Amino acid sequence: MMQYNYTAPCSKKNLADIRNFVNKILTHHFNSEIEIHHMVLAVDEVCANLMIHSHKCNPKETIELLIDVKNQEVIFEIKDTGNGFNLKNYQEPTIKEIVVEKKKGGLGLMLVKRIMDKVEFIKNENSNVCRLKKKIPTS
Amino acid sequence: MITIQTNKEEDFYILKIRGEVDASSSIHLDNKIGEIIKSEKKILVDCNDLQYISSAGLGVFMSYIHEMEEGEIKMVLYGLGNNVKNVFHILGLDQLINIVETKEDAKLLVDAI
Repeated sequence: MMQYNYTAPCSKKNLADIRNFVNKILTHHFNSEIEIHHMVLAVDEVCANLMIHSHKCNPKETIELLIDVKNQEVIFEIKDTGNGFNLKNYQEPTIKEIVVEKKKGGLGLMLVKRIMDKVEFIKNENSNVCRLKKKIPTS
Repeated sequence: MITIQTNKEEDFYILKIRGEVDASSSIHLDNKIGEIIKSEKKILVDCNDLQYISSAGLGVFMSYIHEMEEGEIKMVLYGLGNNVKNVFHILGLDQLINIVETKEDAKLLVDAI
């Protein structure tokens, strides 16, 4: 079991560094390029959402990413102190709604939910945690 | 970071995207497509050097579908790497956006649709 963490200011230009960090760690532990890419994408989507919607891209605020690599599972935790996101209030848009209403948002969380085995948003007293779990078959 | 290079071949307008389209860089793609659909009817998007796309990039392509249909503007993407192609596939967007392998296929499809 290995744990890694990374803290990034809430500026969208840091997303590329976050992706590189996740990619480097997952490549160290796993072989499947497609699975690694999926997980990098899911973490990117959550981080982008938090930066934009919870922190208004304020570079003085930060988000923290924890990666817990277990035997057959990876757990990602993205922590912040923003407004928090309530998954219960999230109504997934249909693809038709996105096309017709020209919504540029809404697709990110759809991707995260398709990619990950479990997606949780946990609100604590002083922080919010988005926890993503992905099972990895042993190669 | 992305760079967008454009050129014309016959009556096809080719837009070549290099780099990674994410929440930070997608605005450049959005602005470029918004600008070219004002004058161009046949748009080919060269994705051979597109290394990454997130939902922000998907959202850009999705957001023009309606406008392109109404303006009879045709757009085809080609040369997508496996990872990029897969992102479109996860949400079934490859059913809504025209994606082919090569530039030649893209030209044929733009003329056929």
